[in-house]
Amino acid sequence: MSGSSFDTSKPSGSFPDTWKKPPFIKNKTLRWLVYLAVILYFAAAFGTMDINWTRAYEGLPRGAEFIASFFPPTMIDSNGVDVSGTIVEGILESIWMAIVATVAGIILSVPIGLGASRNLAPTPVYLFCRGIIASSRTFPEVILAIFAVKLFGFGSFAGLVALSIGTIGFFAKLLAEDIEITAKSPNEAIESTGAGWFQWVNYAIQPQVLPRMIGLSVYRLDINFRESAVVGIVGGGGIGATLKTSFERYDFSISATILLSIIIIVMMLEYSSGYLRKWVQ
Amino acid sequence: MPIIQTPGGPTWQRRTTPKQLIIWFSWLVGIAVVVFAWLRIADNDLLWVYMPTVGREATDMVSRMVPPKWSYIDVLWKPIWDTLNIATIGTVMAMILAVPIAFAAAVNTTPHRAVRAVALFIIVASRSVNSLIWALALVFILGPGILAGTLAIGLRSIGGCSKLLYEAIEEIDHKQVEAIEATGASRLQQMAYGIMPQVMPTFAGVAVFRWDINVRGSTILGLVGAGGIGLQLSGSMATLAWTQVSMILIAILGTVVISEYVSAKVRHAII
Repeated sequence: MSGSSFDTSKPSGSFPDTWKKPPFIKNKTLRWLVYLAVILYFAAAFGTMDINWTRAYEGLPRGAEFIASFFPPTMIDSNGVDVSGTIVEGILESIWMAIVATVAGIILSVPIGLGASRNLAPTPVYLFCRGIIASSRTFPEVILAIFAVKLFGFGSFAGLVALSIGTIGFFAKLLAEDIEITAKSPNEAIESTGAGWFQWVNYAIQPQVLPRMIGLSVYRLDINFRESAVVGIVGGGGIGATLKTSFERYDFSISATILLSIIIIVMMLEYSSGYLRKWVQ
Repeated sequence: MPIIQTPGGPTWQRRTTPKQLIIWFSWLVGIAVVVFAWLRIADNDLLWVYMPTVGREATDMVSRMVPPKWSYIDVLWKPIWDTLNIATIGTVMAMILAVPIAFAAAVNTTPHRAVRAVALFIIVASRSVNSLIWALALVFILGPGILAGTLAIGLRSIGGCSKLLYEAIEEIDHKQVEAIEATGASRLQQMAYGIMPQVMPTFAGVAVFRWDINVRGSTILGLVGAGGIGLQLSGSMATLAWTQVSMILIAILGTVVISEYVSAKVRHAII
């Protein structure tokens, strides 16, 4: 067969010979309206942002200096005093705080989570528990810590209270959502054996939600450790207090050491949580 | 699920005896660690000085905060708008930067293992440092204000967004990428036409999810001077204007509830 007998000319008009990616929003008017709204929003946002660009520009060389002053990370402060003891103490305090807050938060979360599941609880209980979850989720741990410090005084106990309350909002919500999507058949099977409510929860619900909850509790431990670094800024103890002091004393190389240690510990927690989850399942 | 032979005949147990022992031992270690940690925290003399006054302090605080100074909301509209802008622009910035980092961190798209290690380090570093600490540092560099807050939110979000994105990239269907490759597409074109369409829904979902988190996060940045409603909060607390504090808390509650509602609606529309 020779090439000439093969018609390679395009059948004009009948087939498209170019292809365009379909747009993300199919409706043309809606698409342009969305674009317009986005542009208008950003114009309004930047227009009212009141940024002092000169100040920011002036800050840039100082910023470079500032970042340079983080290196090398050391444990010796500007007076030549070795502060490694304080750093280790702060980190340990943060770890203790994170552990106790996670456990206390989970213990408090279980009844609230059960109460906040649509398929377990009567409506008044459901609404009450959802209310607790919503209010604990709304306020960041730092705001909770401000009030805890007011009530319990400076130190790690205030941080512990703030982190525990924060844990309830996270853990009870996810627990309730997980319970709501449990499979119906095991639940009915256990119910049909004549099990009481507690037996039903323990043998039908618990095995279905436990693996995910263990993974989540390690994740929350990780969050609580990271948050413990900031509750210290408002007086809640832990490594945050040490970090804030180092910033205020312009000992930035010590801040760098502290930040690096936080990063390393979070990294370790992340790896171990992966292993733990595999081991549990 | 083993059957154990006992003098009374075979009985069923959920786990074998060694497995049961391991579980009991893990519980023992776990409880010991928690008790030890608690003892370290309780080992604070001052704590027990404060304890008896907690009830009085709480009633005192509540009595000072009630009723909220409703008229103060007129002052709060601008800070609320600023807070939302910090969250939105910070999220947009993070999403833009998260895409290349996610592609560098995903096993199937990374150009080199060393690049992947760097990308993973960026992700962990950004995630480990809270936005409040980023803000604390950025206020030193850029001066107090919204810019520092926006950048802090952005820097903090890069890690979270990239992590979720690269996990989505690793879970894609490879047949589609191979199909694109078979047409002679370059690596970049494969990413754009083979991978991006698959991760776009996740991408949008992550953006909305992160925006919701960032609205919460940006309400407190003002505590270190980085703009938003937190500025009013720290100012009111410094001047002991507790009725204003309660009004601000109500405003934060409203903002967060609305942002949660919006993000839930958008997420339903996307998925």
